[in-house]
Amino acid sequence: MKKQKLNLQERTLDLLKSLCFLFPSLLGVGVFFIVPFGVVVYYSLIDGVGSKNFVFLENFIKLFDNSAFLMAAKNTLSFSVVAVPLAVILAMCLALMLECRIPMKSQFRTFFLSPMMVPVASVVLIWQVLFNFNGTINEFLMVFGVDKIDWLQSDYCQIVVIILFLWKNLGYNMILFMAGLANIPKELLEVADVEGAGEIYKFFAIKLRYLSPTVLFVTILSLINSFKVFREVYLLTGDYPYEKLYMLQHFMNNTFRSLDYQKLSAAAVIMAIVMVVLIALLFIAEDWFGKDVEG
Amino acid sequence: MKKKHYFGRGAMFLLCAAFAVMFLLPTVLTITNSFMSESEIKANYGMIFSTTTGGYVSKTVNLKFIPDKVTLSQYITGLIKSPEYLLKLWNSIFLVAPIVIFQVAVAAVAAYSFTRWRGKIRSGIFFFYVILMLMPYQVTLVPNYLVSDWLGILNTSWAIILPGIFAPFSVFLLTKFMRRIPYSLIEAAKVDGAGEWQIFTRICLPQCRSALYSIAILVFIDYWNMVEQPLILLQDADSQPLSVFLSNINTGEIGLAFAMATVYMIPSLLLFLHGEEYLVEGIANSGSVKG
Repeated sequence: MKKQKLNLQERTLDLLKSLCFLFPSLLGVGVFFIVPFGVVVYYSLIDGVGSKNFVFLENFIKLFDNSAFLMAAKNTLSFSVVAVPLAVILAMCLALMLECRIPMKSQFRTFFLSPMMVPVASVVLIWQVLFNFNGTINEFLMVFGVDKIDWLQSDYCQIVVIILFLWKNLGYNMILFMAGLANIPKELLEVADVEGAGEIYKFFAIKLRYLSPTVLFVTILSLINSFKVFREVYLLTGDYPYEKLYMLQHFMNNTFRSLDYQKLSAAAVIMAIVMVVLIALLFIAEDWFGKDVEG
Repeated sequence: MKKKHYFGRGAMFLLCAAFAVMFLLPTVLTITNSFMSESEIKANYGMIFSTTTGGYVSKTVNLKFIPDKVTLSQYITGLIKSPEYLLKLWNSIFLVAPIVIFQVAVAAVAAYSFTRWRGKIRSGIFFFYVILMLMPYQVTLVPNYLVSDWLGILNTSWAIILPGIFAPFSVFLLTKFMRRIPYSLIEAAKVDGAGEWQIFTRICLPQCRSALYSIAILVFIDYWNMVEQPLILLQDADSQPLSVFLSNINTGEIGLAFAMATVYMIPSLLLFLHGEEYLVEGIANSGSVKG
């Protein structure tokens, strides 16, 4: 009896101590993220900061009638749907390539990773030179008799942005896959070799299974980074780009200018819900796919 | 059989080399072009940036590797003659340095808490941090804006620094590193009568020195590259960091922009060259959101 009481005391003491250490971070997160997000949710449900009438879903319905929002959401979605799988698959290919015994492996790793460390603002000039209507890529294509393409002012802009996105993010993802590959038990691959399994079989039956948590993480990470492609688009083409490049962040920026809190809050809440749902789905998918592998 | 193997590896090597060229080229070109004189830049890229201020402009665009004449004139203009760019560079440093230092410091203390004590409440909080970490700017910027507005720090650098300090990313990553410290070390210190703060500063921190470095690099590069936050939270053009300002090139100053673009990537490239191993380790350890 006495011992249990002491235990309880100890546990309360532990909780207090742990909260002491956690306090600075919790305070900051509370003040800058949680409390204001609560207010954002509240704002998304009222009709105005002044009048404060509860309107439930009206702001959301209005948002879905807003053509700028719909366009931004559609563009962001169609970009992510293509760019994220490419970022996962190509990064995995790079990691597998570097797994083979080729010379200069560590140099290649350095080279592939380097774009991550280059600020977008710094390389934007070169992208402009390359993808301009009179730019280098068009000059190069003209040699093969291809007509000039206005890369940033036509539907081709999506290809350009995907290239820029991959350029920046593949290295980071590749490192994650390399770490994942290094965690696969060597014995398993050796057994497969002895049994005479081919490279392709080994990849699908063993490696991919063990990589499934990495695939999940890289997918989530690429998804988040795909929202940051706004940087490239903004620095290349400014506030009002070609309409296929009008991203959600453009919509937010332009809405901030008019300070329409209801619109902003509703958009933020919808984004948060979509993200949570997507991440949950990815977790479920990974659970299902990797269930027979002990991580 | 063996011959085929060699062939395969050769092809793989060439493929890697081709990729390497693509990955390196934009960076290298930016650097080499920064050593060109304004007139050379104008002659080469005049078509694109449509400078009409006279001088020879080539009809086509010449992307050139090596300048005809290497000159530091752009750097001299950018760093000494015109204070505008230098001011923006200072803005960047004054925004990013406190974020890196204090985010890592706050995270280290919080990560210790998540490592040392487990429980339902604490794992709930940790899970919440992970979710928060995964939210894009489009979600977090609206709350940030509201708080900055209430606190009256909108349009000051505090509006970017304070939310930056408390971003949960490094808490998450550092916790994963700290949980690898053998528990026996902590137990032993406790038996020796060390208090929690002593265990934290004498045992945990020295054990994850390399982790702290790698996280600092990751945080640095993230904020050195920031565009979204300053656009919304710092409307005043004078206080913008160079990462945003570089895109507002005056059409007459492309050469200068190349030089400043190079200056801007120097800190991150130096960090990369010095700390690549730590960086790779840091990335590799961020590799799973679970556990």
